[in-house]
Amino acid sequence: DTVLAAATITMKLTSTVCFPRQEIMKWNGWGYSDSKFLFNKKGQAEFTGKRYRLSGMVLPSLQDWFENTFGASVNHKSPATPALNASAVPPASLNEAFVEDLKATGIPFSHEAEDRVFRAHGHCLHEIFALREGKKFERVPDMVVWPNCHSDVVKIVELACKHNVCLIPYGGGTSVTSALECPPEETRCIVSLDTSQMNRILWIDEKNLVAHVEAGIIGQDLERLLNESGYCTGHEPDSMEFSSLGGWVATRASGMKKNVYGNIEDLVIHIKVVTPRGVIEKSCQGPRMSTGPDIHHFILGSEGTLGVVTEVTMKIRPIPEYQKYGSVVFPNFEAGVACLREVAKQRCAPASIRLMDNEQFQFGHALKPQVSSIFTNFVEGLKKFYITKFKGFDPHQLVVATLLFEGDRERVLQHEKQVYDIAATFGGLAAGEDNGQRGYILTFVIAYLRDLGMDYYVVAESFETSVPWDRVLDLCRNVKERINRECKERGVQFQPLTSCRVTQTYDAGACVYFYFAFNYRGLADPVHTYERVEHAAREEILANGGSLSHHHGVGKLRKEWMKESISSLGVGMLQSVKDYVDPDNIFGNRNLL
Amino acid sequence: MASKTLYSQRDPMLKRDGFEDILEERRNSSDLKYALRCYAPVLYKGVTPCKANMLKNIVLQSDQLRYVINQVSQESGEAPDIIQEEASVILEEMAHRLQISTVRFFAFALSKAFKTLFQHVCVNEEGIQRLQQAIQEHPVVLLPSHRSYMDFLLMSYILYTYDLALPVIAAGMDFMGMKFVGEMLRMSGAFFIRRSFGGDKLYWAVFSEYVKTMLRNGFAPIEFFLEGTRSRTCKSLTPKLGLLNIVIEPFFKGEVFDVNLVPISISYERILEESLYARELLGVPKPKESTSGLLKARRILSEDYGSIHVYFGQPVSVRSLAQGKVNRSTYNLFPRHIPRKPMEETQSFVNDTAYRIVRLQEDNMVLKPWVLMASLLLQNLEGMELSVLTEQTVWLRGLALSYAAFLDWPDHAPTAKVVSSSLALHRGLACVSGGRVSLVVGEPLGPVTPEEALFNRAVSVLSCASYRNQVLHVFLRPAMLAVAMHTAASSKKSEWPGLYNCFSFLWDMFSNDFILCPGDTVQDFEEACYLLVKTGAVQMPQQDIVMTDIGQPTLSFFNGLLEPFLQGYQVVCRYLCEEASEGLTEKQYIPAVRSFAVKLILAGNLRCYEVLSSDMQKNALAALLRMDAVRKVKVADQVTLIVNKMAVNSIDDILGGKLPTQKALLARL
Repeated sequence: DTVLAAATITMKLTSTVCFPRQEIMKWNGWGYSDSKFLFNKKGQAEFTGKRYRLSGMVLPSLQDWFENTFGASVNHKSPATPALNASAVPPASLNEAFVEDLKATGIPFSHEAEDRVFRAHGHCLHEIFALREGKKFERVPDMVVWPNCHSDVVKIVELACKHNVCLIPYGGGTSVTSALECPPEETRCIVSLDTSQMNRILWIDEKNLVAHVEAGIIGQDLERLLNESGYCTGHEPDSMEFSSLGGWVATRASGMKKNVYGNIEDLVIHIKVVTPRGVIEKSCQGPRMSTGPDIHHFILGSEGTLGVVTEVTMKIRPIPEYQKYGSVVFPNFEAGVACLREVAKQRCAPASIRLMDNEQFQFGHALKPQVSSIFTNFVEGLKKFYITKFKGFDPHQLVVATLLFEGDRERVLQHEKQVYDIAATFGGLAAGEDNGQRGYILTFVIAYLRDLGMDYYVVAESFETSVPWDRVLDLCRNVKERINRECKERGVQFQPLTSCRVTQTYDAGACVYFYFAFNYRGLADPVHTYERVEHAAREEILANGGSLSHHHGVGKLRKEWMKESISSLGVGMLQSVKDYVDPDNIFGNRNLL
Repeated sequence: MASKTLYSQRDPMLKRDGFEDILEERRNSSDLKYALRCYAPVLYKGVTPCKANMLKNIVLQSDQLRYVINQVSQESGEAPDIIQEEASVILEEMAHRLQISTVRFFAFALSKAFKTLFQHVCVNEEGIQRLQQAIQEHPVVLLPSHRSYMDFLLMSYILYTYDLALPVIAAGMDFMGMKFVGEMLRMSGAFFIRRSFGGDKLYWAVFSEYVKTMLRNGFAPIEFFLEGTRSRTCKSLTPKLGLLNIVIEPFFKGEVFDVNLVPISISYERILEESLYARELLGVPKPKESTSGLLKARRILSEDYGSIHVYFGQPVSVRSLAQGKVNRSTYNLFPRHIPRKPMEETQSFVNDTAYRIVRLQEDNMVLKPWVLMASLLLQNLEGMELSVLTEQTVWLRGLALSYAAFLDWPDHAPTAKVVSSSLALHRGLACVSGGRVSLVVGEPLGPVTPEEALFNRAVSVLSCASYRNQVLHVFLRPAMLAVAMHTAASSKKSEWPGLYNCFSFLWDMFSNDFILCPGDTVQDFEEACYLLVKTGAVQMPQQDIVMTDIGQPTLSFFNGLLEPFLQGYQVVCRYLCEEASEGLTEKQYIPAVRSFAVKLILAGNLRCYEVLSSDMQKNALAALLRMDAVRKVKVADQVTLIVNKMAVNSIDDILGGKLPTQKALLARL
């Protein structure tokens, strides 16, 4: 009894230091607790809080868009369970010997229900839906542990091996592949290894332009801290407010500005990983090596199945002198894709270039805040008139590309001209900085909008793929059509929203990102319906030459297609690495393979 | 919506739509007004509006064609410009110039013609509605059966009548011989393809890209005949796969979401070309299509050709069909514009689909009472009492209905009336004298040689057979089982394995003559058993299949039904074993078999006239080639047939009712 009491005390003590997350973040939705969309008493949408550009603003057109697009109504609410019901959480089954040894190390841990549940999920629709509904959890971690540094992780992994405990690394918790879900068949004690306390920049090397960083740091902190020294990594995945460096490495993340800075695999110079067999790292920081297959590529995308990424040496760049948003309107999606292809061909893509389809364009417009001056209103009207009436663009066909240029001022302006000139040859019209910036805002608030949807019987999710240029149009059309068809066949009563954007360009292809949402009134099991449709959509993607994933990863959600994707021999190669590095499956989240 | 159930067990109680007569309105209102009325069909939702001329440019500039042009240029050493010019000429020769004014002209002219020729032109309107829906959703391919030149004019006429998008039609180049008519057809949506262009890469590339462009753009429904040519026998022909491959490929390559195939069954009560076909089968060469020839056909206008039934089947979704059969991602690793031979998996899928579609066409063919009467008359070539014919027709009607035949039997008319009006319509084929019905034999002009008399008789037998043939698909499977039982009974083996072996032998033997889907032997055997049991003709205690007391008439009718085929094939076998000389060429084969059969008939040793049909002779040879009993060898410019007399002899024996005792023999065959 005294042992238990002591443990509780330790936790109480450490909790204020260690768990800032639940206090400022939602337990059953996306992001900060203070930031959310809601329909106010007047039926107008507003975004609460102070954190974002949209915060505190009224969005007059959102309600109409929402109701018309989904056939939903602000009068039909489907509110979430207000608080976590502790009785829905299975009791922790602890490995006493492990706890005993862990305590001796002084590393903080907890087995409180809230801590465990918070780390039992990512942000897949079914995960959030279950939290909102207050469903009973099948399996959650039995305890959470907060290492403070690399050597803490070494100790934890050693103990886990000694006592045969299952470890699941937890970074920012933004997974959308069921990667954080505990395998229900796991009988050992499951320990969630939360890296959030390993969040320091250990050193910056200005000669070589690299920084050595602990892997638990989250994106926005990393950028903020580097900015203080005049640097940045330029790695900005859409989840960067919450996702962690270790998570990026483990999933092969991609950032919005990869055209300038590269994807995560281009950015890392050195990785330190703690595995059950010991620590993997390279002996030098040479910028490229010919030393057999790159061992970094066993780590990149290993999704927590081999060990814990503890420290990463990463390229940094001086903060760009100048940044400019931009946008181009095209008469239709085909013209837009042709333009992006040409930009990629000429290798002159700006830091970011994205092409939103018509649905997303309209969605973006629904998020326009109330315009204060009559003059702005007038200018907006004039622009609209020019594009639709004078240039003859069909408002239900036109699409918009959003651009972000970075660099020194002169070069940015030059670059801008080059891109706009190319766009013009495809019938594109420059449509201003504002439209461009709004496009990127949408990226950061879209996950908040899903929570709003779920308050009104609308479920939504996104998924992505990469595909050769010549198949982009066919893939987009066929996947949308497949979703519409599957929804109809599965009894969805309302027309679903299917929307896509070409969100990254490469020499040989593009990354395509889909949004998919529908009103689920009248469905007995909306999550199941949703999952079947997503499954069909993924099959359609694969049949149309798309990849299994461009940057979200495989997790457990897409495991079934791994063989098909990389051949069974390929799976065997990965399996043999796993078997060598982690013979007892200590890192037992069962992702990927 | 598109059906997914194509592969499911066939339902013997098919639910079918009713018909509307589209001539009725034509008889009551102005044809001119009809031809000039507002025509605004619904289009494919993904259509890219496009003129016929723009189509040509899209084709000529496509990556697909450019690739082949460069390839041909490299192989031939000819400059790409010249090859490009060649491609452009090919396309010019091929392409349609669909024009609404021409369509209106046809609408007017055909209204007049149809009203004179036919009593009714009946269409299932529910099928039209399904088609209209399908046209909006996906690219549509119309696949009508092909029994007459009339077919594609009729199709366009019907689609115009119902305000549906007019199809572009793949037509054989032979029409181009008729200068004026050829151009008229072109302007009504026909495009022309050479009959054979086997090795011509460029031609193939232009052709397939032209068709695919129209399909991808949703320009118009594409229409072609799976059977490749008009069936002269009124049996469905083994489907040709070339065009089907072309229209399905865009789906596999992800260029379209789906393609809908619409089987269409066009049934003629009397075919315009009836006796022409019989003569052609007997070796009178097919008249070259010429405008003056068509005008001579005016004589035809004075005759009554009864009714036409056009049944638009359930659109078949290629996507649903291919589900689980073809892995589309195998197309991911090869540039889509480079032509490639379809993979094995795809080939067998397309082959399978083609057969299924032809069977769907067969299923919805409308049968007239005369078809049943012709089947009976052919089993009684010496003629039969009218009363017996009437009685047996009624019996056969019951049998046909229980086998799900799509029989158009006049409501509330006494049977005698039905029989007599059928005889009246087909008075050119059968006549009643002194209460006996018998086949009409063409009136001799002056003195005739025995060969000429035989020839005249053969014309009427073959004409009559073309009606019997229409019902064969309904009875084929149980009839083959009946033959197998008959064979088995004579060798006292009625248990399953032997019966199945025998059935499967016949199935294999006849698979050029009838539409038997590859790989369906077992399923067909089961269907045959099921149908015979269902109608009480046989019982199946444990391992046996036994004829019941009431089964006798059914089984003997079935034996009689297939008798001409068994005999015909036997004659071919006998010819090859006994008469064929060493070094028999493929060219000599048909006339040689024909004169062998003529000799046998004249000598009174053979009563089967159907073996005189070149169709049967070709099919028999194809079967023997397939079974390796005959081989083709190319010597110089001649193709010679090498006969394995032992093998042919034993096939002859089995056909003659000797059940194979050694399984080894069958295996070797």
